[in-house]
Amino acid sequence: MYSYQEFDRSFVRARVEQYRDQVQRRLDGALTEDEFKPLRLMNGVYLQLHAYMLRIAIPYGTLSSRQMRQLAYIADKWDKGYGHFTTRQNIQFNWPRLVDTPDILDALADVDMHAIQTSGNTIRNVTTDQFAGAALDEVADPRPYAELIRQWSTDHPEFQFLPRKFKIAITGAVEDRAVIRAHDIGLQLIEHEGRIAFKVFVGGGLGRTPIIGQELVDRLPAEDLLPYLEAVLSVYNLAGRRDNKYKARIKITVSAMGIDAFRAKVDEAFQSLRAAFTGQDLAVLGDIQKGFAPPQFLEKSQESYFDALDSDIGFREWVQRNVSPHKHASYASATISLKGHGDTPGDATSDQMRTVADLAERFAHDELRISHEQNIVLPHVAQADLPAIYRTLKSIGLATANIGLISDIIACPGMDYCALATARSIPIAQDIALRYALREAEIGHMQIKISGCINACGHHHVGHVGILGLDKAGVENYQITLGGSAGNDASIGEKMGRGFNVDELMPALDRLIDAYLTLRLHEGEIFAETVKRLGTVPFQEALYVVDQAA
Amino acid sequence: MARIKAPVVITANDLLTGEVVYLDPAHRWSPELSSAKVFNVIDEAEDELATLFSEAVVISAYLAEVSNDAVVTPRHYRETFRHKGPSNYFHGKQAVQDAEVAA
Repeated sequence: MYSYQEFDRSFVRARVEQYRDQVQRRLDGALTEDEFKPLRLMNGVYLQLHAYMLRIAIPYGTLSSRQMRQLAYIADKWDKGYGHFTTRQNIQFNWPRLVDTPDILDALADVDMHAIQTSGNTIRNVTTDQFAGAALDEVADPRPYAELIRQWSTDHPEFQFLPRKFKIAITGAVEDRAVIRAHDIGLQLIEHEGRIAFKVFVGGGLGRTPIIGQELVDRLPAEDLLPYLEAVLSVYNLAGRRDNKYKARIKITVSAMGIDAFRAKVDEAFQSLRAAFTGQDLAVLGDIQKGFAPPQFLEKSQESYFDALDSDIGFREWVQRNVSPHKHASYASATISLKGHGDTPGDATSDQMRTVADLAERFAHDELRISHEQNIVLPHVAQADLPAIYRTLKSIGLATANIGLISDIIACPGMDYCALATARSIPIAQDIALRYALREAEIGHMQIKISGCINACGHHHVGHVGILGLDKAGVENYQITLGGSAGNDASIGEKMGRGFNVDELMPALDRLIDAYLTLRLHEGEIFAETVKRLGTVPFQEALYVVDQAA
Repeated sequence: MARIKAPVVITANDLLTGEVVYLDPAHRWSPELSSAKVFNVIDEAEDELATLFSEAVVISAYLAEVSNDAVVTPRHYRETFRHKGPSNYFHGKQAVQDAEVAA
């Protein structure tokens, strides 16, 4: 992991003190809310429906056990004993008091964390593959590059007032687990002629205008990363629309300009910027990379692992669903599901956080990851230790074996918390998980993603089944999209038709799933493949059969 | 967006805690919707709201439609959630109200 240097620590502490003074001036009345709001947002403090919300950055989803314990401490001391992990690999606390937020930021600084640039029209937390540095299919570890981008973009004076927020995702694996083409910039590490390079995508994004990112350059030498990013950002900063916030994202700029014209402008900017990068960035990258050296893998007897696979069906199912291959043969990455049937997707209690931190410290080289799918990952685990990990997780209600199944739902906070939401997401996710709990193995791999408004924080556009909650004449109403994908074949789902009220939604999903189970060629054909093979029409008919009968 | 219709209340969030509050007839902020001043004339509510811009103790004040029958109740589900709390945990006002009943 990256270790804060003295510069990082003093910078973060200075920001806390600056913010503490800003809060005091707000409470004194020296600052109006209009003056104060952009200041609190720069430090991750939002106002939601019931209370303030603090969004804390988890850089590229990586945490140490010490940091996770501190999040548990914050949850207990200043919130309601839990935290919500988000699709941007961050954590949100839903109930802090404004007066406590400077102390919370101080507590974060104690463990080298902060909430800077978790809001505002800036470059946000860089997200990546939750298995980075561990995945079997990885070309190179993306985290050092993500950290380099974090250092470059944090408080970058030119990019603090972009036309709109800006999200970068990076993967180093063959399989895209970071949804890179749904980001303003998506980076894929590739190997070309023995050297590391980047395939760069631009102009992706979800929200009210969902667009899959287009390829901007197919082989960017790794040493050109920062000057090239700076070129892209500088073109966007000038050409992005500032007159209409709904047209201000780079995806609109790229679409309006055309990818070829946009590329030409970036290339022109790159030529003039390249010379300014004289190698300091590469020296910094070199230092960063030292911190991301693989852990000292241990060889342990696997007898107990194989015994447990034979004797414990629950463990076997958990391994089958939640454990992923690792680049080191006797190791694995274990995903801890935060999607227990009926639970709130992405939520963990402080006790669960502490226990997971203990597991990371004892069995996983002190590393934890947060996935954009709102689960926790132990990235480096000896297979021999998996039975002990499973037993501990089971004791705290975190051993649900459902990764990739219908109950492993991405859901935004929706109208239970979010001031922007138009409908609730969480109870829909809870109902689906409970309804299909006994059938999910039969249904197989299916990604349901739920957003409580058109801003699409729940990634509904790229769900195999997307559910969008809207306000239809004062009633919660849910639109269904099918055929979306968040992987290498990223695609935007197709809207099926009229939305469903709450009491209509589950019967409609029943019909959809029954149609799939009838239409699939065999048990191994997953829902997305059946939709791809047959198109959406048979499923649309199943959803709206009631309308046709009327 | 459709123009808001009376009856309405003025609601906001407390500056210190973020808690949902309602303007009462004595021009104080109450956490209880039942204590809210109900405006039957929109212009009067908007005039009152305009005077709150300099308000130092709350933020994000706006008008919310209510039904003013035997008890004041929100007309839109968004306001119902604000008035009650989230549906996934027994947090927010529902927990406070429950604690008060228990006491």
